[in-house]
Amino acid sequence: MSAGRKINRLFSLIIATLLFIPNIAFAELKLNMTEGVTSISRDAYDLHMLVLWIVTIVGVAVFAVIIYSLIYHRKSKGAVAAQFHESTTVEVIWTIVPLVVLVLIAIPATKTLLEIEDASNPDITIKVTGWQWKWQYEYLDEGINFFSNLDAKSNEARERNSGIDVKTVEHYLLDVDKPIVIPVGKKVRFLTTANDVIHSWWVPALGMKRDAIPGYINEFWTRVDEPGVYRGQCAELCGKDHGFMPIVVKAVSDSEYQDWIKGQKLAMAEAAAGADKTWTKDDLMKRGEQVYNASCAACHQPTGAGIPGVFPGLVNSKITIGPAADHINIVVNGKAGTAMQAFGAQLNDADLAAVITYERNSWGNAASVVQPADVKAAR
Amino acid sequence: MSTVASSHDTHHEHHPTGLKRWLFTTNHKDIGTLYLWFAFIMFMTGGAMAMIIRAELFAPGMQVVDPHFFNQMTTMHGLIMVFGAVMPAFVGLANWQIPLMIGAPDMALPRMNNWSFWILPFAGTMLVSTLFMQGGGPAFGWTFYAPLSTTFAPASTDFFIFAVHLLGISSIMGAINIIATILNMRAPGMTLMKMPLFVWTWLITAFLLIAVMPVLAGVVTMMLTDRNFGTSFFDAAGGGDPVLFQHVFWFFGHPEVYIMILPAFGVVSQIIPTFARKQLFGYASMVYATAAIAFLSFIVWAHHMFTVGMPVAGELYFMYATVMIAVPTAVKVFNWTATMWKGSMTFETPMLWAIAFVFLFTIGGFTGLMLGVAPVDFQYHDTYFVVAHFHYVLVTGAVFAIIAGAYYWLPKWTGNMYDEKLSKWHFWLSVISVNVLFFPQHFLGLAGMPRRIPDYAVQFAEFNMMSSIGGFIFGLSQLLFLYIVIKSIRGGAKATDNVWEGADGLEWTVPSPAPYHTFETPPAVK
Repeated sequence: MSAGRKINRLFSLIIATLLFIPNIAFAELKLNMTEGVTSISRDAYDLHMLVLWIVTIVGVAVFAVIIYSLIYHRKSKGAVAAQFHESTTVEVIWTIVPLVVLVLIAIPATKTLLEIEDASNPDITIKVTGWQWKWQYEYLDEGINFFSNLDAKSNEARERNSGIDVKTVEHYLLDVDKPIVIPVGKKVRFLTTANDVIHSWWVPALGMKRDAIPGYINEFWTRVDEPGVYRGQCAELCGKDHGFMPIVVKAVSDSEYQDWIKGQKLAMAEAAAGADKTWTKDDLMKRGEQVYNASCAACHQPTGAGIPGVFPGLVNSKITIGPAADHINIVVNGKAGTAMQAFGAQLNDADLAAVITYERNSWGNAASVVQPADVKAAR
Repeated sequence: MSTVASSHDTHHEHHPTGLKRWLFTTNHKDIGTLYLWFAFIMFMTGGAMAMIIRAELFAPGMQVVDPHFFNQMTTMHGLIMVFGAVMPAFVGLANWQIPLMIGAPDMALPRMNNWSFWILPFAGTMLVSTLFMQGGGPAFGWTFYAPLSTTFAPASTDFFIFAVHLLGISSIMGAINIIATILNMRAPGMTLMKMPLFVWTWLITAFLLIAVMPVLAGVVTMMLTDRNFGTSFFDAAGGGDPVLFQHVFWFFGHPEVYIMILPAFGVVSQIIPTFARKQLFGYASMVYATAAIAFLSFIVWAHHMFTVGMPVAGELYFMYATVMIAVPTAVKVFNWTATMWKGSMTFETPMLWAIAFVFLFTIGGFTGLMLGVAPVDFQYHDTYFVVAHFHYVLVTGAVFAIIAGAYYWLPKWTGNMYDEKLSKWHFWLSVISVNVLFFPQHFLGLAGMPRRIPDYAVQFAEFNMMSSIGGFIFGLSQLLFLYIVIKSIRGGAKATDNVWEGADGLEWTVPSPAPYHTFETPPAVK
């Protein structure tokens, strides 16, 4: 789109908004914090409302005095300035009163904080690892381990000039390809860490936000009361696609949770089986494109062109048309000191072989095909 | 700049003319003018970046820029507004006004004064030039948390580090100069407790600057060696600690916040008594409250870091210490209120901005108190609620006070009254649009919109569009300010020496415009 048309579109949007402002249904707009579905989120909400009411009352009182004064103590009304100043009594009162109010806030705040920070005796522990730009979940007691990416529809629509009206995408930017599942009524402890930069795991309905920091393991806990789907986002700036790594938590009954666990274990066994067969180039290319778009395109771009000076291009590059061994090595082990992650820990052999084959045979590149066995041998 | 030159050149004192005058000047008034123009240019530059941000956020979906460039815009907007606009503007006001207010002929260290200004355009240019380098400029937020700003940052980050060093050197020299001037060059009889509040707040601010700018220099130097010389201060893989970065940064960063607001308190404390025709209610308690806020600013830094996983005792301490700041801040607001009470008020433009400051800064203070309550901060942290909070204290706080001060002293600087009608337009357009801009951001944050994201879920669309419209109007309104200032430099009704009926202080005893040299013989202060 040309700059002129862009400005035109922006301008017509502005006009449209001005015309329709009275029609916006304000009742539908969310103005306040969510009460959420955990004891923590409800305590936080109550505290929020307490402080909000206190500051509103103080604000109205102070502003009323000022406004009264602005109306009645003006020269044009013939007001003559009184020359009073300095009063120790008044000044002591208006120092003590705020102090007392603060103590009234601090008491419930302390209680809530102590409750939030007590993550002892959990029923389930899930380790959350932040990556640029996706979340990894490990159910430590069950051996389940998977990555959760922005779902494909949002991912397509969020490209600049994608031509897709984002309002038609369900849960735009708040949906993932694979949500985490937790049982209701159980104390779930989350351990957060990160692989590259600092991220922050936040689901408003759970009332909790905790940073995921490389080299640190932080903890927090939750106990969800109602079954449902709860959505959140990364809250700490973590690079280019910080806005595109949502979180979806599905809270289900205990029996559904047990079924889900069984299904996950089965799926993992099946995926491992695919690594032993030899694939055709077409199958590799097809699967490789999916893997590439989910795991690689954010940096290297869907066109393979990269972003000069930040993320290297893959078209006709030393790696993608050079020896397969070097290509496998950098994808599996990453490159220390850069944003290139070690995908060996994230993808199975079949996915790795597919995506490497795809990169070697797309955008005009024409190099060798890589089989899962080659990846396995190189690990 | 030439228009400014011609207006000052009408005076009889000898000084070089043309470009040389501005390059080699050691005159506090010239340097103050330079600082103010630099700050305004930076304000418009950072503002243009904010317009790009608001254009992208106007509607959901990516339309205008890509995410990498968006991150560069949020980062540079913050850095430029903090280090390029607000801080230099207050130093500009200090340069012009402190010698006039304490009856000194100039700043104590005039040559250093020249240098501390002339570092700025080079540092600012270097900072902005990173946008045109390969890989783009800093894209890690103005708080530049490691390791995003070290291992994962573009190559231009080293230029950013050098620019921050230069800006820091400039600030430290400016602060030394202000302290030396205030402590040594007051007119006979001008005891500390007789100093105007603007001078007091700047004296305290200057001590804050000297204390924390070296900490900022330290943290960027650690970044530099992490990036280039194989150290691991902030790299966990090398035994370092990414959270250490945040502790060091915010040990600088929190006092920095007060560096930007204490002089604003000073400006407003000059203006309100003038137009209420009534002495400031509690001068001494205002001085003590300023000192108390400055002291507290050193011991609350980790309230910016409640979500990093501190021990619960640490969280409790930082929560208690933080909410304590509400006490001296409330004392200030009560004092301004009591000063207006039973005054005889008129509402010239500087007074309008000062009153808007009291209302809107107070709202920013309220949300600050809310953010200080740790268990709820887990919900507020890094959302648009925080963005709304700090724009209320920095835009409708610091920037409003700067504009108020500019209108208040402009007749003294130029010798001409500004256009009262146009300036009222400037005020009302600004004060309405700034609330349309920032108030809905409270709702966005509470509803769950994180900050620093280039695109958002569709339920946030309406308030973002509203906020963007407010932003465009607010941005455009500031062009009116430029026009009004230039008009006042070129001509207009002649200002009297006293300018304002209720004005009190040494700066109003000299002619308007203030001669190139003032108080060569110290005035007597009773």
